[in-house]
Parts: sequence; C-alpha cells; structure tokens
Amino acid sequence: MAEKGVKVFGMWASPMVIRVEWALQLKGVTYEYIDEDLGNKSDALLRHNPLTKKVPVLLHDGKPIAESAIIVEYIDEVWKDGYPIMPADPYERAQARFWAKYADEKCNAAIYPVFTATGEAQSKVVHEAQQCLKTLEKALEGKKFFGGDAFGYLDVIVGWYAHWLPIIEEVSGASVVTEEELPLMKAWFDRILAVDVVKETLPPRDKLLALNKARREQLLSA
Amino acid sequence: MGSQGDVTVLGTVVSPFALRVRMALYLKGVSYEYLEQNVFDKGELLLASNPVHKKVPVLIHGGKPVCESVAIVQYVDEFWSGAGFASILPADPYDRAVARFWAAYVDDKLVAAVLGILRAATEEERDEKVEAAHAVVAPMEEAFATCSKGKAFFSGGDSVGYLDLALGCHLFWLETLRSMFGVTIIDAGRTPQLAAWAERFLDTKAAKEVTPPTNSVEEYAGKLQAIWAAAASAK
Repeated sequence: MAEKGVKVFGMWASPMVIRVEWALQLKGVTYEYIDEDLGNKSDALLRHNPLTKKVPVLLHDGKPIAESAIIVEYIDEVWKDGYPIMPADPYERAQARFWAKYADEKCNAAIYPVFTATGEAQSKVVHEAQQCLKTLEKALEGKKFFGGDAFGYLDVIVGWYAHWLPIIEEVSGASVVTEEELPLMKAWFDRILAVDVVKETLPPRDKLLALNKARREQLLSA
Repeated sequence: MGSQGDVTVLGTVVSPFALRVRMALYLKGVSYEYLEQNVFDKGELLLASNPVHKKVPVLIHGGKPVCESVAIVQYVDEFWSGAGFASILPADPYDRAVARFWAAYVDDKLVAAVLGILRAATEEERDEKVEAAHAVVAPMEEAFATCSKGKAFFSGGDSVGYLDLALGCHLFWLETLRSMFGVTIIDAGRTPQLAAWAERFLDTKAAKEVTPPTNSVEEYAGKLQAIWAAAASAK
C-alpha cells in the first residue's frame, strides 16, 4: 500500500536539493523533508535511489524520482495549475533546458576548481569560471530573471549561485562574480535573494560558510 | 499545434545525437532539410547556430536554432503535438520523469563507455572498458521491464518513444564496436530483454530511416583513433 504524500530526501547544504524545495514551495505543496547524513545514508534513500544513491530524491505517493532538474520538471507537470515554472512556449522551453544543461555541465565544472585552487593557479580557474558564467549571463540580457519578469525554471536551476558563490569566494579568497566582469549576474543575485521561496529555504550563511571552510581544508590537506 | 515552417537539421550521419533528432522528426512526419556537417572543418552555419558548443545536432526552425539533442527532441515533441501527431514522451508525469532519468543516464554513461572501448590501448584495457560498458547497460534491463509494462518498447507501447530513441540512437555505434573488436555490449546472455528490444528497435522504420551508411561509423571511429594517436605522440 503506497504511502500518500510528498517526501524529499535531502541534505541541508546541497544546492541540488534546494531546487526541489523551491519548486515545491512555489506550487504550495506540503512535503516532509528528510535530512540525510551523506556519510551514513538511510536505508530508505538507498532503496529509493539504488543507482546513484544521491540526494535529492522526491517520493510522491511512494514513487521515487531522482535527478534534481528532472524532479523540478515533474513537479511543474503534476501541479500544473500552480505557479508556472517552465515557460509556456516550446522554443523558450528549449532555451531553458539548453541553458540548464550548460550550467550543470560546464559552469559547475568550471566553478568547482575555484573552491580548491590556491596561489597562481587560482587566477586561471577564476578566469575560466568567469568565461562560463559570461556565456550563461547572455540568457539574462534584457530580463529581470532568466524566466523573464518572473522567477522560472532556469532561475530554479542556477539560483543557488546567488548564495553559494559568494561563500565559495569568501572561503577561497577568489573574486568571481564582480560588478565589472558579470554585472547582469550580480544584479540578478540580489533579485534571487529577495524571492520569497528562496529566502525561506536558504541554509544559514554562517553554517554553510563553516562547512565549506572545513571541506576546503580537508581537500587541500588530502 | 505545429506547422510546416522551414526546418533544417545540421548533423552527421554517424552522430547518435543527430540520429535521435532525425528519428524524432520522422516519427512526427515533419519534413526537413538535412545538411551533413564536417565536424573536422566546421562550417559557418554550424558555428553561427551553435556558438556555445559548436556541435551537432542543431535544429533550425523558422530561422531559430535549437541545440542539445535532449532539448531538441522535447521541442519537436511539444511543437508538433496534438491530434495527428505521434507522442514521443509518455503522457503520465511519472513515466515522463522515469524516461528522462534513464535518457540522461544513457547520455552520461554510455557515450563515455563506448569511447573508452575505442580509446583502449591494449587488449587488457579494452576488456576492462567492455566490462565497464556492461555495468552501464546492466541496470537498463530492469528499467526496460518497468518502462515497457510488457510491451515491445520502453515507451510502454507498440511504437518507439523518448527512451527508445535515447538508447536506440547509440545502437549503431555498439554494432560498430562488435565489428571492430568482436565485443557485444548489449549481450543476450546478460541482458536478454534489452537485447531483444535492440533487435526490434533496429527493425523499426524510424531506425531504418537513419541507419548510417555501411562502414561510415567505423571510418569515423578510425578518424577519432588517428586524432587520439597523434595527440598522444605529440606529448
């Protein structure tokens, strides 16, 4: 007998998980949040996502879905009368999916080295991260959000940058998203942080900063 | 509701991602102009249409480019939708999520596995890479059982859908690995349902429509190997 309702298996510091929370909250869906210890994953998580064992996993009436971008589209389709997350127009949808893939594949890969690079190596990785983000920034031109006037799918996918990138910058001492290099993105960060569902779900900055500092030290000493 | 505005596809006859797009258009009955690209000497139109990645496939519809095969196939499904058009993605949101999940898995893991086999420098390394490819394919046997619901295809019906195209487009390369190295990645012994599906898929009109010319994949694979060898000896 399948359990009714919505559950999210997540981890408080994960930006991929927060996408799912934003989508659910935009739709006004009540859900149970299960915070996982990634070093000691629950049986339930392992059962619901045996393939990758990662968070987030959405469980809807007992049926699991993994991969945050896919979960967000699912949420948009199931609660289709709620807040519109994906654009309505097929061409706009294709653009949103294109940029979501670009961000997740290229930008994330370019940002990660910034977290650990030190000394001379840092300026090279910062430059590469900026190039990636400048390409992405083009999709913001003339708009308040990637979704246009309103917070939409691509904002849900990359909005985490607004909270996590400044922390990565602080922890590593690098400067990536500046007024000079990425003015549109910087302005968009402020708008993202003012969105209600974002404000209500972001992990506390000091806690996230402390976690990332510790993680960076661990990686650098390995 | 779609219309027959101009549709152009930039692709190569060997690219699984381009084949996927062409199969999608075939399923929808949409006619298009096909422009074969030389990826070793990229043309103006490709560079202008996909400045970010400079890759195939690109769909150009009414002058507007759509890039990334996952985005293109869904665009094709959404634009040419409604009465008279076959559906590519299933109707139910959960089935759609499952199809998207496995399609993303295939693109993430299978391509890397195929290239790993092609790049292997020794027979021992090749054996390892083949094992890795088997491991990638293994979970899809159960995925097939779940998605097909007893029917012939991942779509859960008697004709192909999103996940069939997502995995099916790679079968031509798997066949080439068989002819080049004698290795079988979707093996009837290990993944019987998947092997049977693969045969059925290759027999569909959509697949036959885009089957690469004889030896074309092997020739392309040879070019890649030559490029890798040149890069390795240049170090």
